[in-house]
Amino acid sequence: MPLHLEIVTTERVVFSGEVDMVTIPGSGGVMGVLPRHAPVLSTLRPGELRVRIGNEVYEYAIGGGVVDIHDNRVIILADSAERADEIDIARAEAARRRAEEMLKNPPASKEDLFQIEAALKRSRVRLQVARRYQRQFGSESNV
Amino acid sequence: MATPREIKRRIRSVRNVRQITKALESVAAGRVRRAQQMVEATRPYARLARELLANVAALSGGETRHPLLDTRSTVKAREVILISGDRGLCGAFNSNIARTAYQFMRESNVPVRFITLGKKGRDLIFRRGGRIVADFSPLPSRPTVLDISPAARAAIDDFLNGEVDEVYLCYTEFLSPAQQRPVVRRLLPLLAETLAPEQRPSAPRPAYEFEPEPSQILNTLLPRLTELQVYQALLESLASFYTAQRIAMRNATDNASELIVTLTLSYNKARQQSITSELLDIAGGAEALRQALEQAR
Repeated sequence: MPLHLEIVTTERVVFSGEVDMVTIPGSGGVMGVLPRHAPVLSTLRPGELRVRIGNEVYEYAIGGGVVDIHDNRVIILADSAERADEIDIARAEAARRRAEEMLKNPPASKEDLFQIEAALKRSRVRLQVARRYQRQFGSESNV
Repeated sequence: MATPREIKRRIRSVRNVRQITKALESVAAGRVRRAQQMVEATRPYARLARELLANVAALSGGETRHPLLDTRSTVKAREVILISGDRGLCGAFNSNIARTAYQFMRESNVPVRFITLGKKGRDLIFRRGGRIVADFSPLPSRPTVLDISPAARAAIDDFLNGEVDEVYLCYTEFLSPAQQRPVVRRLLPLLAETLAPEQRPSAPRPAYEFEPEPSQILNTLLPRLTELQVYQALLESLASFYTAQRIAMRNATDNASELIVTLTLSYNKARQQSITSELLDIAGGAEALRQALEQAR
């Protein structure tokens, strides 16, 4: 009995289909989800999400969000989500540098600080996921 | 009567104008389609988020409580996010939406302030005495949620810290390619229909485990849903804008074609006339010459 996984962002459906297992960066820790998992509602932290279908593993960089697991359905409402091979390393790198730069002069409001920190985390995850993908499959682009 | 040469010059310039309006027409048509597709692409998230909210609501005793859902008993100030176009060449699109916003402002019994997305609406409402607290123009050509996030964030903040008690979205709704209309919709506090799932899931609610508590999940989801509303409104407004522009440009193209026909006609007439008068001149000259010769003989 396979799991049905949906990864959606406000802008598009990133993934929709049957999978064997997903590993999710929950805010309380990484969750490995197999079929017949107990119902869970959880928030997510920026991190990598792995999808296993047969012998293939796909990686996604997730920028936080919420997950709803019930009845063999895993629904991920992500703030952002990209598959490893979609990530533009140059852009992620630029975003990371920008965020680091901004943190050198911390902004007045706490909210802004959180936002910048979240952006930094997101870009780091993106880079991590993208670099691992490159090492694995060689680099055709983005270098 | 203009000379044939002058008319010819005008024909040429009208033809150039027609080329431009024609190009703009087809560009606008493409953008309408793109904006529509982008609106479609936001639907799955909205649907799934609503289902999830319904589950959270059911679990926390039927009623979901969160500051973004709280209706305040007294409303002392309102905020309007006004979405318009950055450019003209779109018929009455911008003045229609600005008029709707102005009417809302006049009919409101409490002060109204504006957050504007789009230059034209900003300028129009400003000229009519609207108070603008933030402006996020110009609009990006390919908007993402990230682009409107600051505008939505500003409205959420103003609402949460009590500066305003209600936030509205004023934009041009895209009903169909043939029908768009300016509307004012409440954004905050979030409306029940915004949150209600499209169809009630009939299955019994699963006994969820929460990681962290439900309020955290609302904290993540509700601002997202608010942003999504603004994003959808912007996309619909864009689709409507380009539709208006397409129609305006098609009319301009048609007018230019008509003008070319009229001008060509007067060009031919003017040319004919000049040929006739030249012929008369030659004939008259020849006749005079003949008479002079006859007299001399």
